[in-house]
Amino acid sequence: MNHPAQAAKFIEDEARAHWHDESLWFVRAKRDKAAQTLPEWEQLREKASQIKEHTVSHLADYLEEFSENAAKLGVHVHWAKDGDEHNEIVLSILEKHSVKRIVKSKSMLTEECHLNPYLEKQGIEVVDTDLGERIVQLRNEPPSHIVLPAIHIKKEEVGELFHEHLQTEAGACDPEYLTEAARNHLREKFLQADAGITGVNFAIAETGGVVVCTNEGNADLGTALPNLHIACMGIEKLVPRARDLGVFLRLLARSATGQPITTYTSHFHGPRSGAEMHIVLVDNGRSNLLGQAAFRRSLSCIRCGACMNTCPVYRRSGGHSYEATVPGPIGSILAPARDTEKFYTLPHACSLCGSCTDVCPVKIDLHHQLFAWRQKIAEQGLLPFVKTSSMQATSFLFRHPKLYRFLGSVGRRIAACLPRFLLYNKLNPWGKQRELPIIPLESFSKQYKKHRKDHDQ
Amino acid sequence: MTSKDHILNAIRKQSAPKTDLPNLEGPWIEYANLKSQFVDSVAAVGGECRSVKNFQAVKSELDQLPVFQSAKKICSLVSEVVSGNVELNEIADPHDLEDVDFAIAAGEFGVAENGAVWVNSGTMQNRAVYFISQHLALVIPGNQLVHNMHQAYERLVFPEPGFGVFISGPSKTADIEQSLVIGAHGARSLVVFLVDEID
Repeated sequence: MNHPAQAAKFIEDEARAHWHDESLWFVRAKRDKAAQTLPEWEQLREKASQIKEHTVSHLADYLEEFSENAAKLGVHVHWAKDGDEHNEIVLSILEKHSVKRIVKSKSMLTEECHLNPYLEKQGIEVVDTDLGERIVQLRNEPPSHIVLPAIHIKKEEVGELFHEHLQTEAGACDPEYLTEAARNHLREKFLQADAGITGVNFAIAETGGVVVCTNEGNADLGTALPNLHIACMGIEKLVPRARDLGVFLRLLARSATGQPITTYTSHFHGPRSGAEMHIVLVDNGRSNLLGQAAFRRSLSCIRCGACMNTCPVYRRSGGHSYEATVPGPIGSILAPARDTEKFYTLPHACSLCGSCTDVCPVKIDLHHQLFAWRQKIAEQGLLPFVKTSSMQATSFLFRHPKLYRFLGSVGRRIAACLPRFLLYNKLNPWGKQRELPIIPLESFSKQYKKHRKDHDQ
Repeated sequence: MTSKDHILNAIRKQSAPKTDLPNLEGPWIEYANLKSQFVDSVAAVGGECRSVKNFQAVKSELDQLPVFQSAKKICSLVSEVVSGNVELNEIADPHDLEDVDFAIAAGEFGVAENGAVWVNSGTMQNRAVYFISQHLALVIPGNQLVHNMHQAYERLVFPEPGFGVFISGPSKTADIEQSLVIGAHGARSLVVFLVDEID
């Protein structure tokens, strides 16, 4: 896994990288507009942050309360330590009902557990029903964004894909036409399905209910037709009280897409008449994250994607360059927690500009956590030699002011005459696409002293 | 040890500092004109809201709607407005609702800040009707509007099994190049009727 290498591939197509950047900035701008309609926006963020922090600090109690209440509603509650156990549980439920066809609505958790390939190996058809997810599924790709799974794909490419799989007209790429084709194709899948799998946006401890937010209505159709509903959720999705949702639902869609709320905000309290409902509670590394003070607040994430839309690195490198289920700033915190060695480049895919922290609806200190990861990664000796050696050299230089000044004065004199290969090489990744500025003959401190002197007179 | 105990123990072993649950007192946004804000919000999310005098007026408004005029199969859960020709109680399997063109249902209240209508279907087997119908009309009492989501949740209790949903506008997607398309999987259009006189 290597973010810089993947990002380099992405930006080779300059026009496309620019288009990607603009698409996401457009979403970020919509978020700003929506946030500004509420004078209490900052207060909402603060409340949301406090509710999540409280919940995480009492998580075991709330999980017990939730599972007891859900059971009272007639829900079968399951617990999974990791992704494998989650997949086994889901499969065993499906086998009991002889399920052959599943419709799934968006769930980053099942992506994290790689549920689709697991079930497909057992001969079960899994159809992702969110339009963006269906597009990436037909392309055999993972989503590149947690809210906008197909944000990296152009409509012409969707046109070609649908022509191949859904028999749309060759060359047709009108979004309305393509969406209509997907609607008809997926209607059939909804009607044929033996079971519906959904993710969970929020689970309410005091009632035992789960809440799912979609714009398309896919979670609703997928659970209203088949007689089996399996809801899969990470254990951090809990809120204590139903009225806490007032806070989160006001923040979620506004932060995600700039909508005041998603089209459908569905509250499932037990199965409908004649049907069966299961909830699978999944840990998969979350309890471990809870123990790490520096990264604990990443468990507050409500998966709105705002940090991705605003991130200058994400926008210019694309979601796939992270090679993680959740990309972008929040993903760069979660992925190294799972496997530090594999994902050590991700916390470095960040300019520490802090924009993610500014837009986060639950006030996660994202860029501070990314910085903390960098320190931890360095301490664990995971950085490559070029990085550690140049860091050590820089550190030595900064600790010896006389040497610093001497080398500075030499450098200023000779830099302009040095051959290019000495200035532009592997040790200077900054110079890959940029020219060094013209170096002034006088150092900053000299210029500063001179300026002060002139000013004081 | 069961996985449940394993997970709960793993969590309890960690010592996250205990913090308090905040109060949710606000102040939260309230609008000078509740009704017009709601009407505007429904329009902003792609729906349409009409304020009418009584059930009869709902019927005559519906009669003017081209999608209602051309609807062959109509399912009504508000018999005072129209009787329809699909009897939900007689449908044994929700799949049989696949060709419903128009559904009319009651909502409990509307939320001015986002145009959402709270619809409660209890444990009804055929709740698919809200999502599978090509077009949807929701009827709510004109005086049942709240300003914001906090007020909405003050009204909601979940004492027993059931299904409830906030519906804000028609089904939509922007998954192809961020182009908004109305009519993804659910209703292609949504009309909300605010009825002044409901007995």
